[in-house]
Amino acid sequence: MSQPQEFKEKLAAWQAKVDKSLAKHPERKAQFTTISGLPVERLYLPAQADQGYADKLGLPGQYPFTRGVQPTMYRGRFWTMRQYAGFASAAESNRRYRYLLEQGQTGLSVAFDLPTQIGYDADHDMARGEVGKVGVSISSLKDMEILFDQIPLDKVSTSMTINAPAGVLLAMYIAVAEKQGVKAEQLRGTIQNDILKEYSSRGTYIFPPKPSMRIITNIFAYCAQQVPQWNTISISGYHIREAGSTAVQEVAFTLANGLAYVKAAVEAGLDVDAFGPRLSFFFNSHLDFLEEVAKYRAARRLWARLIQERFGAKDPKSLMVRFHTQTAGCSLTAQQPKNNIVRVAFQAMSAVLGGTQSLHTNSMDEALSLPTTEAVTIALRTQQLIAYETGVTETIDPLAGSYYVEALTDQIEQKAHDYIKRIDEMGGAPEAIERGFVQREIQEAAYAYQKAIETGERVVVGMNKFVTKDKHQGELLRVDPKVREEQATALAKLRAERDNQAVTAGLAALKAAAQGEENLMPHLVNCVRAYATLGEICDTLRGVFGEYRAPSTI
Amino acid sequence: MRKIRVLAAKPGLDGHDRGVKVISAALRDAGMEVIYTGLRQTPEQIVAAAMQEDVDVIALSVLSGAHDYLFPRVMELMREKKLDDVLVIGGGIIPEEDVPALKQAGIAEIFGPGTNTGAIVAFITNNLKRAL
Repeated sequence: MSQPQEFKEKLAAWQAKVDKSLAKHPERKAQFTTISGLPVERLYLPAQADQGYADKLGLPGQYPFTRGVQPTMYRGRFWTMRQYAGFASAAESNRRYRYLLEQGQTGLSVAFDLPTQIGYDADHDMARGEVGKVGVSISSLKDMEILFDQIPLDKVSTSMTINAPAGVLLAMYIAVAEKQGVKAEQLRGTIQNDILKEYSSRGTYIFPPKPSMRIITNIFAYCAQQVPQWNTISISGYHIREAGSTAVQEVAFTLANGLAYVKAAVEAGLDVDAFGPRLSFFFNSHLDFLEEVAKYRAARRLWARLIQERFGAKDPKSLMVRFHTQTAGCSLTAQQPKNNIVRVAFQAMSAVLGGTQSLHTNSMDEALSLPTTEAVTIALRTQQLIAYETGVTETIDPLAGSYYVEALTDQIEQKAHDYIKRIDEMGGAPEAIERGFVQREIQEAAYAYQKAIETGERVVVGMNKFVTKDKHQGELLRVDPKVREEQATALAKLRAERDNQAVTAGLAALKAAAQGEENLMPHLVNCVRAYATLGEICDTLRGVFGEYRAPSTI
Repeated sequence: MRKIRVLAAKPGLDGHDRGVKVISAALRDAGMEVIYTGLRQTPEQIVAAAMQEDVDVIALSVLSGAHDYLFPRVMELMREKKLDDVLVIGGGIIPEEDVPALKQAGIAEIFGPGTNTGAIVAFITNNLKRAL
């Protein structure tokens, strides 16, 4: 049956993009078939794609991107397999990264410890007990040089979970690259840089909202010129979901935060199409398999519509939700931890069926401690199994057209849009967070979820049903408490040996820039090059901007 | 009989507060008064708040792995301040093998992932050190 004329044009545009893409990068195979030898098409469509189909689903790589952001999706190449890792010292984490790269991981994802995330040096009093615990301790460029030793920064892409001091860590990354002879414009990777969800859900804020938004727009502007391949933000629903939100709230609060960043940058005088293509997203993959698939599809469609309608973006890349996914840490159980391998596999499959661009699979032991090497390896193998064995990657958006999945996609989009309209009425996401609205909505959902588990209405296998008395046996990863002392000694040495005049001058220039309206990024790069520490830099900014105090919401 | 007063506290830099908030809601539903400190409290601030609010219970929550330093430090400060009649419990991502040392330091019980909030309510009710 032939397609309506208007749809034929869209189809031709998609085919042209596919041809262009194939000319550059051929697909993984010349022919795709099922295990039984049946041919697998690149894309399946309704026999007659009516206007409703064209508007709501369209074609891959085309507005509104419901069916994915690339024209060939995983037939071209798989998502980036990117395990979030980092603990103890830079040297220890460097060993784990090199191991993961040897095992076939395709990108790095750096976990920093809490002192680093909150802008304290390892020897600060507030850092007691926390150094190296949930990630690697980075206090200066010296640590960053060790972290990426023998890892060629022009070859790997690196994601860094860093928010309040994101500009400082990006500056360190740029400086390490310089020492390797790699130019800033060659660098690929992501900084999380999403402060709004820190206030509502994750807690590693430093400065109040206004200066924080300014730092973020400074980073957008700087990277558009100097680090053009860098994803300047990863607008994150992951932590909103981990804090207890529903899938609808995850989409709504994430996109509302995204709208606030775009608005701030446009108000600072940036062109939406100059920074829009470098915005990226980060979602959770929770237990409800098909709801999660629908969630990613709904998020893509809703964002594309909102950015086009509200900001008039023209570059298709400004309209795309390119996203990383992590499986839901909060769904893991400490009881019968091997069951978590199976949970993670289903969740990873949701993310792939939902068209993720990169993926972290949790390790089975993460409800107990940081993951061991063995547990991380199984988690990575889970992704490789999905990619190479299951066949779900051979055609684009395979669940499109399922009555159920499409109905869920529509409902999530609608309900998330309703929330966004409520947030608009409050004045936007920063105001809704300041009022505690977002936090209260999440808390209520978290409490309702817990009550459903306790009444048995929601079954958690191995925890409230099919319970056994077995305890976890086997090793857990322990971080040596000596890391703090070693870091403190190294810091004392650094402060004695570096050119302290250059440090003082750099920090003074940073302070002056912070008091004025200059872009802070060039100053941050200068400071880290002179080996000013993270704590010194953040203290300088604290002196100008002050510190955020969270409102109590319970 | 007066209500049981609980200080729910987040020592250290950890930002994971879903658990502490859910438990605070459950304790309130069970008829207790709950004061929540918010994030990033030093052990000193927590002990000061416990004295000022005259609480019967301190419930500490840490998911960052810093419990091994922070929990004993809270207990040490409580001994200094002679707060011996306050029940202290803890929760978070805490490996089983760390529990004996924490109990040794004076934490009455450790509640890990998967704990039923009813079990915490019952534990508090049955183990108070002060008369109501």
